Parts: sequence; structure tokens; C-alpha cells
Amino acid sequence: MSPASATGRAAARPAEAPSRKEAPAGGRPGGEGRRRRIRTQLPSTPWLFLGPGLLIVAGFSLYPFVSTVVDSFTDRRTLIGGRYVGGANYQELIHDDMFWTGLRNSLLYMAGVVPLLVVLPLLLALLVARQMPGIAFFRSAFYTPVVASVVVVGLIWVWLLDDRGLVNSVVTGLGFDRIPFLSDSALLLVSAMLVTVWKGLGYYMIIYLAALANVPRELHEAASVDGAGAIRRFFTVTVPAVRSTMVLVGALSSVNAFKVFSEVYLIAGPSGGPGGDDTTLVMLIQRTGTGLSGRVGYASAISVVVFVITLGLMLLVLRANRKEDA
Amino acid sequence: MSTTAPGTTARAERRRERRAARLADSGGRRMPLWQLVLRYLLLLAVLALMIGPFLWQLSTSLKGPTEDIYSRTPQLIPADPTLGNYAKVADLIPVWDFALNSLKVAVTNVLTNCAGAALAGYALARLRFKGRRVALVAFVMAMLVPVESIIIAQFMTMRELQLNNTLIGVVLPGCIGAMNVLLMRNAFANLPYEVEEAAYVDGASAWQRFLYIALPSVKGTLAVVAIFAFMGAWDDFLWPLIVLSDQQKFTLTIGLDYLHGAFADNQRLVAAGTIIAVAPLIVLFACLQRYFFRGVGEGAVKG
Repeated sequence: MSPASATGRAAARPAEAPSRKEAPAGGRPGGEGRRRRIRTQLPSTPWLFLGPGLLIVAGFSLYPFVSTVVDSFTDRRTLIGGRYVGGANYQELIHDDMFWTGLRNSLLYMAGVVPLLVVLPLLLALLVARQMPGIAFFRSAFYTPVVASVVVVGLIWVWLLDDRGLVNSVVTGLGFDRIPFLSDSALLLVSAMLVTVWKGLGYYMIIYLAALANVPRELHEAASVDGAGAIRRFFTVTVPAVRSTMVLVGALSSVNAFKVFSEVYLIAGPSGGPGGDDTTLVMLIQRTGTGLSGRVGYASAISVVVFVITLGLMLLVLRANRKEDA
Repeated sequence: MSTTAPGTTARAERRRERRAARLADSGGRRMPLWQLVLRYLLLLAVLALMIGPFLWQLSTSLKGPTEDIYSRTPQLIPADPTLGNYAKVADLIPVWDFALNSLKVAVTNVLTNCAGAALAGYALARLRFKGRRVALVAFVMAMLVPVESIIIAQFMTMRELQLNNTLIGVVLPGCIGAMNVLLMRNAFANLPYEVEEAAYVDGASAWQRFLYIALPSVKGTLAVVAIFAFMGAWDDFLWPLIVLSDQQKFTLTIGLDYLHGAFADNQRLVAAGTIIAVAPLIVLFACLQRYFFRGVGEGAVKG
């Protein structure tokens, strides 16, 4: 896990500071920099600094992770301590239709949302990258949905997509039939995706904006001197220059899309639409593992699956990125 | 008169030049007028798409009971604006208590994250001790574990600590985010080393160096941590939903979900509730935009 984590950080934050060994010495040979590093007086001091942070992280991230893995091999329930049951939970998963529905929906969600979140924010960033009077206002306005809570955003769209809401009155006003956004099980998932994309546009736009600022102007000039039009330049100059950012955005948005909970919970309801058809994996975790009769062991097994797939996604994207760079 | 005239024309000239530069494209040439118009039209269209839904919600929340909110020809401006829906929401659910709970959770989250992340980040960046690498790896690993995959175990931990259904239970798991610790560590590691070294030679202790020298130099990153801690706590949904069961303890997001479940057919009320929940953050964003944007770059991994 630790080599994976190291590469994960390095690739996800390209602007990361140089490692400490080079940083403080400022050109001095490494050995000297090492000797000049500050020592603390008391051996306990660093642990006083680190104590609160380590305690929280160990108690509420690392320990729960270990206990999730352990619980996934037990039949633990909310009120009853569990017994070791071996791989029974995982065997049950394989035969659980709801699990496959959840997995299908989480993967579908990713497939639907990620391409849009990789492309649309880039176009948006190009639109606001140019200095024009009032552009700062537009940038901030496009970021507003990011600031709002997902619950607020979800409820705003529940009302917009209502059978008698704004979107449908426009649709019927144009002479089309009402679109059952909030009752058809396939459309429910699409509506939730719409909310995720709408809320995420501004966030990824800002990431792209930073990347676009680093594209050398000379490249554009050279391309236009060679007679390349705007669309041509987009594909031959802009896209290659921001490719690593596109990979980053793709990685971030796929991990987030795969873990989707709130949007689907709010749009399709706590039970995940008609017959639970729109349940996602994280919704299944929440539904299975909480409440007084919650099946903690079984929910933990689903959690482990979510963890493995999430980590796998990250590694896959990073690896693809490294291969292209090489 | 004659003395001021050349000055003003020069200034006007400069202003014109500046405007011309602003309207120039990336190659330094002026943008053709049609392109400029097209760009503004596109910007306005996207603006309608991004801000319109908020305005529609605001408009719905201000419409009185006699006004048709389902009208075939949508009216953005309420014919007879009223705050009645806000009063009614407050009658039906303790929405101000929810807001207060959210505020408590968010402010606590800001304080603990700023203090805890700064302390731990400083130790990781500047103090030398055995086990530093192990501590660093612990934070990196914690950052990589998706919250969603450990949320049931966190819930069980809270039950064991008897902190489920309390606001402390809501704050505790995220009160010192690993991501924030690593952000602060980078900020401290990027500071020039010499000043602290001088203070060390002069006999300043680690606490003094941290408090008086290092901390004042990383205010920007600290502000980013503060804002994202506030926003994260104020907007969080899944964890409070799992850990809180008593309506009196609800935060705004859970309260809104409850409002939506109980009064789904009264759109005016739900709209008023959402506006109450979103208004403080929009104001905060309007005042501190700079840090919101910086945070995206620095904390991109946070998603």
C-alpha cells in the first residue's frame, strides 16, 4: 500500500514541493544541509505536536479501515458482536442481486459522468481563460454550485425536474411530451448524473484554468502562423499541453463518481428508485450497515469491495499516465 | 485648464491601451468584434445555466400561496413577494436550531483542523525525530482511504464511544484531516530555513519557533484549510445522516432531507429551506473567493 500511496501523491499534485533534503539547503551539498537541520530540545516535543493529528487519523481512519476488513469476515450486527464466518459474506455478495445492481449503477455512473467532467470543464476554462472585462465575475458565478451543499443542489434539481417543474413546463411548452425524470428508473440515474456534472463543472474548470495558464503562448502563435484555425489549435496545442491535467481530472472524477451517494439518494430517494433499481454501492453500504438491525459484517464486505475498486481505479489511471509520459 | 488637459488625455490614452491589451487574444492581436460578442453571449448562456437554478429556487421560496408555481409560462419574478414561507418553515421544523448545529459543527471543524494540522504539519516539516517517516506514511495512508468505505466502522466506533447521535460525533472523525496535515507540511517545508535557524541559535524552543516565526508565514495556506474545513462540515451529508438520529441534533443538510421527505409536495417550503442553507456559504464565497480558488489547486486530491 505504501508505494502506491507515494506515487499517488506525487502524480496527483504535480506542483508539490521538492523533498526536504533539497529544500532548505538551497544549493548547498546535501550532507551539509542534513547536519544543519534543526534539532529539538526534548525528545517528547515532536510527539506533542503530532499527537492530536495522529490520534484522530489513527482512531478514525486507520483503525476503522482495519476493523472494516476484520468485520467483513464476521456476521457482526449493530447490536450483536460477530463470530468469524470466513468468506461467507463475500460468497453471499456474489449471489446478491442488489449487490450487482449497485455495482452496475456505480460503474454506469462513472461511465456517464467522467467523460463529461473531463471535457466540459476544459471548454468552460477556455471560455473564461481570456482576460475580458467582467471575466472574474463569470468565473465566480460558474463556481457557485461547487460551494453549495450537495443536498441543496440535489433539492434544487428535484424541483426543476419535477413533473410540473420548470424543465417540464418548457418541454411541454415546446410541444413535447413530459419527461418523467423523477419516476423512470433509468432517467432517475441520468438526472442524478446531470446534478453531479452541473455541480462539478466549476471545480474542474478551476483546475484546468491553472493548467491553461502554463501553456506557452508561443505554441499558439506558431500554430496560427502555420495557418491552424481555432479548432485545429485546440486539438494540436491545447489538448496535448493539458493532457496530464485531463488525466488528473479523469482520476478524481472517476473515484468520486464511483463512490456516489448523495445525488442518487436525494433524486431517487433513500430506497434507490422503483424496486431499488437505482441503488449504488455506497447507498447499499449505508442501507445495509446502519440502523438497529444493521448487518455490519455484510456492509463491511461491500465496503472492502468499494475500497479495492477505488484504489484500483487510481492505480490504473496513474499507470496509464506514466506510460504516456514515458 | 491648459495644464490639466494633456494629463487627462495621456491618462485616457493609457486607459485605452490597457483596454486594448485586455481585449487582445493570446497572440497579442485584438480580438475581432464578432468573436468578442460571441464570447459574451456564450458566457451569458452558461451563466443562466449555473445561476438560474439558484434564482429559480429563490423565486419559488418568495412566492405566496396564491401564486401558481406550476404555471405553464414560468415567472421568475414573484408577483407578490413574501417571506411567509420562511416563517412557515421555521414553524414546521426547527430550522434555526439546525442552522445553529451546522454552525457549531463547522466552526469547531475549522478550529481543530487549523490547530491540529498546523502542529502536525510543522513537526513533519521541521522537527527531527525518530519515527517521522512512519508518521508521514500514516497520514498519507489515511488520506488514501475513501471515507465511504470505512463509514460503517466509524459509526460502530462512535457507538462504542457513546458519541453517536451527538454533534461531537459528527465533528470528531474529520476534525484533523490528513489532507490538511499534508498541506500544512508542504507550506512549512517551503519556507526559507534561515530565519528559523537563527532563532534556534538564539535559543528559541520548538514551540516559540512554530508560534512566532513559522505560523505567521503560512497564513495563506491556513486560510485555505479553514475555508475548506468550514465548507466540508457545512455541506457534509452522508456522515451526519448515519451518526445522527435525534431531530434536535440535526444539521441543516439532514434537516433539509427531512423537510423534503415530510413536505415534498410543498415546493415553496423546501425552497425556503434550501435558501437558508445555501445563503451563508454564498456570502462567505463572495467575500473570500481568492482562497476558495487557491484551495482547488492545493487540495485537488480532496475532490
